[in-house]
Amino acid sequence: MTTTIKKQLHRIDLIFKHEDDCKEILRNALSRSNQELVNEMVNSGLKGRGGAGFPTGLKWKLTAESNEKEKYVICNADEGEPGTFKDREILSRVPHKVLSGMAVCAKIIGAEKGYIYLRGEYKFLVPELKKELRKFHDILDELGLDFRVEIFMGSGAYICGEESALIESMEGKRGEPRNKPPFPSVRGFKGKPTVVNNVETLAHSYTILKFGAKKFRDLGVKDSRGSKVFSVSGDTPIPGIYELELGMTVQDFVDDFGDGDCKAVQVGGASGFLVPRKRFGKTTIGYEGKLTGISLPTGGSMMIFNSSRSMYNVLNNYLEFFEEESCGQCTPCRVGCQQLLKGIKAVKRGEKPASYLDQLLKLTETMKLTAKCGLGQSVANSFSSIVENFREEMIY
Amino acid sequence: MDFHEKLVQDLVSKHGRDRENLLPILQGVIDQERYLSEEVILKISKEMSIPAADVYGTASFYSFLDIEPRGKFVIRVCKTITCAMKGKNQIIQSIESFLKIKVGETTIDKKFTILQTNCLGWCHKAPAMLINDDVYTELTPESVVDILREYKEKN
Ligand code: SF4
Ligand code: FES
Repeated sequence: MTTTIKKQLHRIDLIFKHEDDCKEILRNALSRSNQELVNEMVNSGLKGRGGAGFPTGLKWKLTAESNEKEKYVICNADEGEPGTFKDREILSRVPHKVLSGMAVCAKIIGAEKGYIYLRGEYKFLVPELKKELRKFHDILDELGLDFRVEIFMGSGAYICGEESALIESMEGKRGEPRNKPPFPSVRGFKGKPTVVNNVETLAHSYTILKFGAKKFRDLGVKDSRGSKVFSVSGDTPIPGIYELELGMTVQDFVDDFGDGDCKAVQVGGASGFLVPRKRFGKTTIGYEGKLTGISLPTGGSMMIFNSSRSMYNVLNNYLEFFEEESCGQCTPCRVGCQQLLKGIKAVKRGEKPASYLDQLLKLTETMKLTAKCGLGQSVANSFSSIVENFREEMIY
Repeated sequence: MDFHEKLVQDLVSKHGRDRENLLPILQGVIDQERYLSEEVILKISKEMSIPAADVYGTASFYSFLDIEPRGKFVIRVCKTITCAMKGKNQIIQSIESFLKIKVGETTIDKKFTILQTNCLGWCHKAPAMLINDDVYTELTPESVVDILREYKEKN
C-alpha cells in the first residue's frame, strides 16, 4: 500500500523569522485561562519535535492535572542524534521563544522552576543564554509570573536526551533510563511532576501562541501537523537548517537538497531509517504510518548520501556510535550493539557467510522487543533498512 | 589545605552538598584540572557523603568527565558519519603529525590530548572539533595546524 497523502516541499519560516518582542505575546498568553491555553496547544496538533512525537498539549494537560505542589519544566537541549543541529541554532538565534514556551507551560502546570538541560558540547552558548535569562526574568517579574529558569550542563552522553535518563543525570547520577511508567508527568525531577520538552517543541508552542492553533494546524497532513525544523547534512550543496512543512516525500526533499546523484537518505539520524532511491517517491516525512514504514517520524536529521558512499561504512559508523552510547543497563542493547558490529565486520571479511546477516536481523528484532529504552529499540531501524536495501554492499 | 582540598571545598560550598549538585561539582573540577584524579574523587565523596564508588561510577558514565590525566587543551575530533565522510581521518593525521602523538595520548609537556568524540552538532560544517569548550568547523588538514599553533603559544 502506498500513501495517498502528498505535500509538495514547502519552506516555512515561523521560528527564525518574525523577530519580535516576546513580552506582548506572553502578556496576552498569561491573561488567558489555563484551560484555554491547553486547548490551543491540543488543537494545534503539535507533537514533540525531539523525535518521539508525543502530543505536547496532552503532556502539559497531564502534568497540570496533578495535585502536587512542586512541579518542573525542563527544556531538553541535549541534542545528540547524529546529523541533528537544529536545537543549537534555535537556542542561539531565538532563545526568547523557547523561554516563553517554558513560561507558558509553567503557568499552565503550576511550576516555579525550570531548567535548560544543555549538552556539554554546547557550553559555548552559556554566556549568551545567561544574558537572555536575565532579560527574560525581568520580563516575567514585570508580568507577574513567578518562574525562574536555570541552565544545567550535560557532560557528553547521548542517552541523556532520553527524558528519564536526563532526569537521572540532573539528580547527580549515571544517565540511565528509568522504567516507565511512572512517566515524568507523574514522577519526574526529584520525584515531582515534570514536563520535559524538546527545544524546538517549545519554540513551536510560542509560534502557536503568536499565530493561533489554526495557522499551525493548517500546515502538514493528517496526524503530522505544522512545520518542522530539519538539519540537512551530507552530500548536499546546501547543508544547514530549514523549516519545512510536514508531509513532503523524500523525493521532494531530494529534488531540492540533493546533489543530483543521491543514492539514499537517512531520515532521523543513526536511530532513524535509511530510504533508498527506489522508495523516495513513496516515503513521506511525518508521524503517521509509524508502523508501516511508509511515513517516517523524525527528530529532523536528514543525511544525504550520494553514489560515492559505501553503505557498509555508514552502518559501521552508526553501530560504533550505538555501541559507545548504549548506557549498558540492559543486555539486549549492551551486548546486541557489540554483536551487530562484530557481525557485520565478520561478514565483510568473509569469516561468516552472507546468511549470517539474517541472524543479525533477528537479533535486531529481539533488541526492538526487549530493550528498555528507545536507544536499544531503535538500532533495528538503521540496521534493517540498510542491510535489507544494500545487502550486497555489506558482503562484497 | 592543599590545592585539591580547596578546589573541592570551594565547589561544594558554591553548589551545595545535595546529590543533584554532583555533576556541576565534577564539571567544576574538570574546568580547572581537565580530569578527575583519585584524590579528588575521594575528597568529593567525603565532602558530599556519597560513596566513592558512586562518585566514580557517575563520573565514568560521562565522556567529558575524564578520569585519566589529560592535557591542558583537550582536542576532541568528531568521528560520526558526516565528519567521517568529509575527511576527519585526514584531520586526525594532521593533528597527530603536528603534535607527534596518537589519538588517546597526551603530549609530554601535558599541553595537548587528542581524543575522538561523537557528533558535535555541526554536521553541516563538517569536519568539526572541540578544543576544551571551543568549536572549530569546516576544518582542513592545514587550518587545523594553524589553530593548534595558536594554542601552542597560549599558556
Ligand atoms: S536500551 Fe540500551 S540505552 Fe536503553 S536502557 Fe537499555 S542499555 Fe540503556
Ligand atoms: S557528524 Fe560530526 S558534527 Fe555531526
